[in-house]
Amino acid sequence: MVGWLAQLFNGISLGSILLMISLGLAFSFGLMKVINMAHGEFIMVGAYVTYVFQNTFADMLGGVDLGIWFILSLFAAFIITGILGVILEVGLIRFLYGRPLDTLLATFGVALVLQQAARSIFGAPNVQVVSPSWLSGGVNIGIMVLPYKRLFIIALVIVLVALIYVYLNRTAAGRRLRAVMQNREMAAALGVRSRQVDALTFGVGAGLAGVAGCVLTLIGPIGPTLGTNYIVDAFMVVVLGGTGSLLGTILAAMMIGIFSSVIEFSTTATIAKALVFVMIVAFLQWRPTGLVAQRAR
Amino acid sequence: MTSQKNPFRTFLTDWGPFIIWGVILLLAPMVLSEFRLNLLGKFLTFAIVAIGLDLIWGYGGMLSLGQGLFFGMGAYFFAMYLKLESGGGRLPDFMVWSGMKELPSIWQPFASPVFAIMMVLIGPMVIAAILGFFVFRSRIQGVYFSIITQALTLIVSISLIGQQPYTGGTNGITNLSTIFGHSLADPQTQVALYLSTVIILGIIYILARLLTRSRFGRLLVATRDDEARVRFLGYSPVTIKTTTFAISAVCAGIGGALFVPQVGIISPAALDVVPSIMMVIWVAVGGRATLVGAVVGALLVNAGQSAVSEQFPNIWQYFLGALFIGAVLLFPQGVVGSYRMAFARWRARGHSADAPEVEESPVAGSGRLAQEVVE
Repeated sequence: MVGWLAQLFNGISLGSILLMISLGLAFSFGLMKVINMAHGEFIMVGAYVTYVFQNTFADMLGGVDLGIWFILSLFAAFIITGILGVILEVGLIRFLYGRPLDTLLATFGVALVLQQAARSIFGAPNVQVVSPSWLSGGVNIGIMVLPYKRLFIIALVIVLVALIYVYLNRTAAGRRLRAVMQNREMAAALGVRSRQVDALTFGVGAGLAGVAGCVLTLIGPIGPTLGTNYIVDAFMVVVLGGTGSLLGTILAAMMIGIFSSVIEFSTTATIAKALVFVMIVAFLQWRPTGLVAQRAR
Repeated sequence: MTSQKNPFRTFLTDWGPFIIWGVILLLAPMVLSEFRLNLLGKFLTFAIVAIGLDLIWGYGGMLSLGQGLFFGMGAYFFAMYLKLESGGGRLPDFMVWSGMKELPSIWQPFASPVFAIMMVLIGPMVIAAILGFFVFRSRIQGVYFSIITQALTLIVSISLIGQQPYTGGTNGITNLSTIFGHSLADPQTQVALYLSTVIILGIIYILARLLTRSRFGRLLVATRDDEARVRFLGYSPVTIKTTTFAISAVCAGIGGALFVPQVGIISPAALDVVPSIMMVIWVAVGGRATLVGAVVGALLVNAGQSAVSEQFPNIWQYFLGALFIGAVLLFPQGVVGSYRMAFARWRARGHSADAPEVEESPVAGSGRLAQEVVE
């Protein structure tokens, strides 16, 4: 029983990380149908923003341990990668709508350039970001210790999902976004600047990737190729969840997370990964549009 | 128009360039240094992979990001044979390091070269057929297919790293020294391997060309352009797509098997995310849906890579990134496609002033198809 609870917590923890890296993709790929292979590199940029913040601002803001710099870097990562995303949308992706496979290749080119840029600036070896001291250790609930870092990630992802929900459903900008994604011509006819909405949506997706990168610095060292480790997982989550549905993405991330850690518990990590993949392909046999299908219009 | 021409001349204009280039490649060992020849041989194995990818992507419209998996399968299966042969009956070194006592049963049949070659051909075909059947049956299309093939490749790569005692782990299978009893270090063996690569590339090129011109090839292009209509006409897109995917997988497997003895090592890095996408850029640069383009692209990109990255490894990746962006944004037809369009336009102008120009089309290769129809 205790073992299973531990696995459940691990699963939710893994799921929250998966959700973290997929939220941005749920915007660019899920909503806009843009195959953004540079998504992983946006994560990497976010991680390096955190690294730079630690090196330049930590001393000014009460030291590394206090972690004010870390909280600020969450916002900075969102804004910087968000701007990067807007630039990418306006400068490149705009010309490729309706050609998904070409978008895939072009954004992969962008990914290569960003990777090499990171290598030129920060060097090829991995760097370590020191977590704020209040994130080390964990809370002992008797049967097991829940690390603060994991709890922080779970809490942060809940906050992000809540913010996205409010943004999409309770703000004018979010309504415009949904309108354009559901029926572009009609929205444009009613006066929504669809081009602007495209750029903004892509920017938000990129920004969320940046936040994910920031969070990944808590888990391990970061390097120029950080993004490539996560891109495939992120795509699997969005595909399983069904494009165009935030709820689907959340469910898919949690399902993959919990399945993986339960299978991993009795076998190995690689077998778990392979089995999860087989299960996803099998599931798509049954429901090709994913867990939560967007209603056809 | 064609019927008025001399059949021999038609054959010559049709296959002439192929014959000329074939002869040049066959004579290359007389001119090139050992190092350059080895490099060219390696690139030609990539060209075989590119032809397969072109069939499924250029003609079939399905972007497989899993060709690295099939390339890796071919390479690993053949490397298993080479490793056992090089060891001369002893246990492979990495197994000794991992504390294995005897050869695992999955390795045993690979002592036979015939079995290994059969596996090189059958392994990728079976995996592609199974995956393709299930994926295409549920009408998973376009990008989803790309993502699924990519994920499968990555998982196999992780598994290879994880099963160190059976696969050599991260290092892969190394220290391959002999093939069919001949030393791989011997220049003559390398020349023989090079020539076999050229001949096999030639055969695969001819087969692919015949395939694209056959009824099946036309159905494949039709499926790419309008799958629903093909289905309504009574054909089975699932069969067409699965078959093509399997064929492309076999090409990649053959490429991998020829790659291994010329390089002497295979590691799970070949099955990472990046190599499979690199294969796509070969085809994109050369020109989608032109078989020559696949070969030309594979040679050009790899020659460029070895020329630039030897001296400026940093610049190469920027250049490569720009190549990906440029290949889709600026010249989607690729080198060969652009050349053919320019040639067709030039000919149209030369013969009559009011001849219709070949329209640029966002789908690469349709320019060529239009040209075929005109003829």
